[in-house]
Amino acid sequence: MRILAILAMKELRDGLRNRWIAAAIIVLGTLALALSLLGSAPTGSVKASAMDITVISLASLSVYLIPLIALMLSFDALVGEFERGTMMLLLTYPVTRWQVIMGKFIGHVLILFIAIFAGYGGAMLIMTLFTEASMDGWQAYLSMMFSSLILGAIFIALGYMVSVIVKERATAAGAAIGLWLVFVVLYDLILFGMLLVDEGQLISQQLFSMLMLVSPTDTYRILNLSMFDGVSQAAGIAGVASEAGMSSTLLISVLMLWIAAPLAATLFIFQKREL
Amino acid sequence: MNTTSNNVISLNSVTKRYGNETVVSDVNFKIQPGECIVLVGHNGAGKTTLMKMMLGLTRPTSGNIEVLGDNPAVTSSINQHKRLGYLPESVAFYEAMTGAEVLAFYASLKGASKTACENLLDVVGLAHAAKRRVGTYSKGMRQRLGLAQAMLGNPQLLFLDEPTTGLDPLLRHQFYELIDALHKEGATSVISSHALNEVEARASRFIIMKSGIIIASGTLDELYKQAALPVRLNVSVTPGEAASVAERLGSEINITKVNDKSLKLSCFNGEKMPLIRRITELGDVVNDLQIMPPKLDEVYSHFMNNDQTDNNRINESQP
Repeated sequence: MRILAILAMKELRDGLRNRWIAAAIIVLGTLALALSLLGSAPTGSVKASAMDITVISLASLSVYLIPLIALMLSFDALVGEFERGTMMLLLTYPVTRWQVIMGKFIGHVLILFIAIFAGYGGAMLIMTLFTEASMDGWQAYLSMMFSSLILGAIFIALGYMVSVIVKERATAAGAAIGLWLVFVVLYDLILFGMLLVDEGQLISQQLFSMLMLVSPTDTYRILNLSMFDGVSQAAGIAGVASEAGMSSTLLISVLMLWIAAPLAATLFIFQKREL
Repeated sequence: MNTTSNNVISLNSVTKRYGNETVVSDVNFKIQPGECIVLVGHNGAGKTTLMKMMLGLTRPTSGNIEVLGDNPAVTSSINQHKRLGYLPESVAFYEAMTGAEVLAFYASLKGASKTACENLLDVVGLAHAAKRRVGTYSKGMRQRLGLAQAMLGNPQLLFLDEPTTGLDPLLRHQFYELIDALHKEGATSVISSHALNEVEARASRFIIMKSGIIIASGTLDELYKQAALPVRLNVSVTPGEAASVAERLGSEINITKVNDKSLKLSCFNGEKMPLIRRITELGDVVNDLQIMPPKLDEVYSHFMNNDQTDNNRINESQP
């Protein structure tokens, strides 16, 4: 435990030292503030609360932004240390390989936690303090922040997997971008393309939901847009998730699996690796 | 595995292959507490790979290794790492951290105290630069920081890979004083080095490697005996008498050079004393006599240049 804390604190301090955390807070905060200002405008006729609108738009944007931030944080984590030679020295200390991975993971998730909660949370606080926006639907906002953190943790774990497989930092950067493209853009495009071509012949509702669950970003989207009534009504997908038999427990379990699997793979590869 | 022995390190027919390339081949040795072992060999002789295997960073392809009573490649041996110190060949640090932060980080992993860090920075002469980023350090300063981290927590077993590269003579001296101090407390060390004259006085034993094979090992005396290199004698005589002296010594003496007032002779160790007696019997003609035993460098190159490695190969059995 002590070793894990030391390793996690080192990552956290690195994040503070190189202004990484500060930059992420500013990016996420500005985004949330801009979206909530926009979201507070067109309420009237739709009868959706400003907060709900903000949750929808923020969740849609987080799908792009959070994985990017998480991958930027993690792609270098292992390959960078292999390349510079710091990993070799670290492993001659009383530190096991799983402690190295988990220590880094805890540290990076903490960085993301601070960035998301200070950025998104700060923006919400500013909105409620300085405008007339109501606090209705803050639970949805809070759960959006938590699920964003989970989404980030998934991409941190995926970034590690890339980082432990490749031999060079440049390759890791490229692979991370590829990963982002696949999960954030391409998978959805292909899925919807198939749906259009298929015209409901082969792909049943059941299969479609299954295919959605394969992608962590889609799972995140469904979770955020369907968990709260106000949000799902405003998003126009009321009842979609529950009809498809996707409880929030199932969705969260899928996300957790997406954290555990790449982490386990990373550890497995790292254990076998010779320095 | 023999756990009853009190060996700090024991290697049993250890071989390491990377693909088709054999980097370390059937290496056997045992190291006892308090020894200072020097690994000698060209670059690529397998010294670094051997160290990495002893540290558990790399696993041997075959054979077994025991360090402080444990197999270093097994996770459960990790607690032994508190008693280890390692200085890699080209040490790398987290560039964005200051020297003090780097040392404090490593100290916390080993459970060493804060004051120990300050002392060590002082000892290696980095106290003035402790608050500077490691990225701004020169090569010598990095090497000193590397030494400081290897000494954290008073290690019982030190692995030092080319420790004095990039250090100026004064620092080299200070560095060996540090090692000596640790040895007095009973520490064991394994040092790989090119600078043989530096380590000559400290090494309890040498292990000479070539292409992954131990071609010779033993104490300095043992190596001299194995190499059987000639002792050289330099005899100064009264000017003009050199030729007659050479005649009087006889033809069975190996005279390598004669000039007006001096002769250079060479002989094997066993013939040395009779020869010296004969020279002194020559009387007043001889002004001076210098005896030059072979240098360690010569012993080393003797073993390195000897192609019949298998004949000379000694798989060590005695400590």
